[in-house]
Amino acid sequence: MISFDLSEEQKMIVEAVSKFAAEEAREAARECDEAGHIPKELIDTAWEFELIASHVPEKYDGFGEHSALTGALTAEALAYGDLSIAMHAMAPGLIAFPILEAGTDEQKAEYLPLFCDLEFKPATAALIEPRYDFDPNELATTATPLPAPPASGGEYVLNGQKCYVPLAAESDLLLIWAAEDGATQGFIVPQGTPGLEIGEREKNMGLKALATYELVLNDCRVPQANKLGGQAGCDFGRILNYSRVALAAMAVGVANAAYEYALEYAKERHAFGEPIASRQAIAFMLAEMAMEVDAARLMAWEAAWKLDRGDEATKECCLAKTYADDMALTVTDRAVQVLGGHGYIRDHPVEMWLRNGRGFATFDGMAMV
Amino acid sequence: MIDFETPSVIKRNIEMLKMTAEGMMRPVSRKYDEKEHEKPWDYINMVWEFQKMSGGFTGIAKPKKDKTPDEKKKKRPPIGYMMLVHVVEQMSWGDAGIYLCTPDAGLAGTAIQAVGTPEQKERFLKRFTEGEPKWGAMAITEAGAGSDTAAIKCRAKLDPETKEWILNGEKIFVTSGLMAAQESDGILVVWATVDPSAGRAGIKSFVVERGTPGMTVTKLEDKLGIRASDTATIVFEDCRIPYENILGSPEVHDRTKTKGFKGVMQTFDASRPIVAASAIGIARAALEFVRAELEKNGVEIPYGLPRHKLTAVQRDVIEMEAQLKAAWLLTLRAVWMADMRMNNPAQASMCKAKAGEVVTWITQKAVELMGPLGYSRKLLLEKWMRDAKINDIFEGTGQINKLIVARRILGFRSAQLK
Repeated sequence: MISFDLSEEQKMIVEAVSKFAAEEAREAARECDEAGHIPKELIDTAWEFELIASHVPEKYDGFGEHSALTGALTAEALAYGDLSIAMHAMAPGLIAFPILEAGTDEQKAEYLPLFCDLEFKPATAALIEPRYDFDPNELATTATPLPAPPASGGEYVLNGQKCYVPLAAESDLLLIWAAEDGATQGFIVPQGTPGLEIGEREKNMGLKALATYELVLNDCRVPQANKLGGQAGCDFGRILNYSRVALAAMAVGVANAAYEYALEYAKERHAFGEPIASRQAIAFMLAEMAMEVDAARLMAWEAAWKLDRGDEATKECCLAKTYADDMALTVTDRAVQVLGGHGYIRDHPVEMWLRNGRGFATFDGMAMV
Repeated sequence: MIDFETPSVIKRNIEMLKMTAEGMMRPVSRKYDEKEHEKPWDYINMVWEFQKMSGGFTGIAKPKKDKTPDEKKKKRPPIGYMMLVHVVEQMSWGDAGIYLCTPDAGLAGTAIQAVGTPEQKERFLKRFTEGEPKWGAMAITEAGAGSDTAAIKCRAKLDPETKEWILNGEKIFVTSGLMAAQESDGILVVWATVDPSAGRAGIKSFVVERGTPGMTVTKLEDKLGIRASDTATIVFEDCRIPYENILGSPEVHDRTKTKGFKGVMQTFDASRPIVAASAIGIARAALEFVRAELEKNGVEIPYGLPRHKLTAVQRDVIEMEAQLKAAWLLTLRAVWMADMRMNNPAQASMCKAKAGEVVTWITQKAVELMGPLGYSRKLLLEKWMRDAKINDIFEGTGQINKLIVARRILGFRSAQLK
């Protein structure tokens, strides 16, 4: 039965997260962007929403079941506050959710409780590679099995280069995506593993508050047991869909922030004796922004709903992501335009949202629900 | 709970309608496009019989029967509008022009359902459940007044002696006006002013029955598309109708009694998603054709590839699909709200504006992608492009709908955002 009503539980989560987003994350966002740093207290507060524990079953120390839809609602609300803060707080999900979805029982038992802890523990995943023709299904990073000596259970050796890895330097655990026989598979790599070389912190156009890194895998050896899903591996296509939904929802959050800001500005700002919103040229931009934000949100919801049903959802997830990528850029650009010269000045947040919004078409696998 | 599962009763209906669309609409699509002003009677008669039996594909004209206590107990969420947009989408996938010929009370019925008295519903709507095929139509537009309804010149004067309204004026662009006012025992809802000095407050709507002296169909338009559907000019010359044919209150200045006009305006909140659905049906037909043709030639549409690995054609098709889905989901939300009795003018206008715009683009793109096949009248793509365009125009142009959205999100009255 078609319905657009959030469940009572979802309403409560969204309300609480939105309050944090509007009152704390948004307030701190500009300073974080300028300083390139997010205060620990902010992340701790965001972590209190139990971003992962609420999706993990009790036997692994959580208290719920995995819901991409609830995850998408939460992700949108967090990104509405600030994208860097949202991605930072959600970074552990980059490894936790793939393990939850595709891990072996042993992997779940070993790792999931770590992410259900009350304390935020940085963890991450590395998917993107620094090349214009990056394709998550045809990675240049390779995973090669080494012939197994009888006692050791065998090893994989990883080689390649990654970029846009959130919190790579401070994470205890990293999930490295690499091609094994051409198929993308995940490998759990603890920090300090020989051959895992974390590079300099990146300097990007947006997401300036989020610490992201390049990293190099130089004959990095991990036990075979660290392959996500064990011998059989994982269905990477399905895991990537969770990322598409997360990023689409976050794009909606960023765009919605920009739209609402522009809307309020256009009501306050007067020119020629009336609010600029009284002119159709401005009003139509705002109407289009509202429509596009809503449309992208509904597409993200539909994709998440389909994933939660266990259905094949690649088409819906891809359409939602590609739509949201474009939408986020258009809407944040329009917000700058509504503010005119003021939109270009860093006193207002819209230029930051444009820089952040542009990222979505580049981001792949940088958030997960 | 957020849910995108189509109710099974709607699914069953759609399957049946798909057969109707394939069997009775598509085969004559081209014929009634070429032979403008001829009517697809086979389709009309078939649908009419069905309509009488069941309350119809699109009809909401059938008076509600008292339910037995058993029926009352089963309280399912209402899905009336949800059903309607699915039906209209599927029929427009068949042929949008022929769909518009569907004999029913149409927008006149929507208006009467919204604000009519029980007596009016009985007198005007009962006919849509019996006898020969009939049509209802809405006459708003005039040569000098389109979306600006306050500029309506058509005059309704009360004759104090006979207590009749006397209508004078000319209405244009009346969809199914010919069928409603002349060719069947139909009804017309006419917007006219009872007090030209009162502007919008003076605009009232009146029901005029077929055969009322003084009402004449004077012209049928030749159009770009939806040619199976007639678009009429109707003249009223001292056309007298009973006092009781006014919808809502005749009061002009008492603001508490303007419910009639507002009520009729609210019918747009219901009708705009229906137009959006019709638009989407046409675009889906075009998109499915393009996909099938590409597939025949070995071109798959892959999802999940990075953009640089897609061909221009693949990128176009994916963009068409994304835009179509966006419009459809906005439409579903608007009707879900209507079914839930939530106030939905902004959402109704959003889906209409979005659908009108994207289906215009999608059908144009389909013609482009199919090259010489697209432009040829051997196939239906060029017709679908012509048909689709109306949806960006009637029931409020895309611009008017954006204006409505803008006023709603800004909280501006029309004086603050003209």
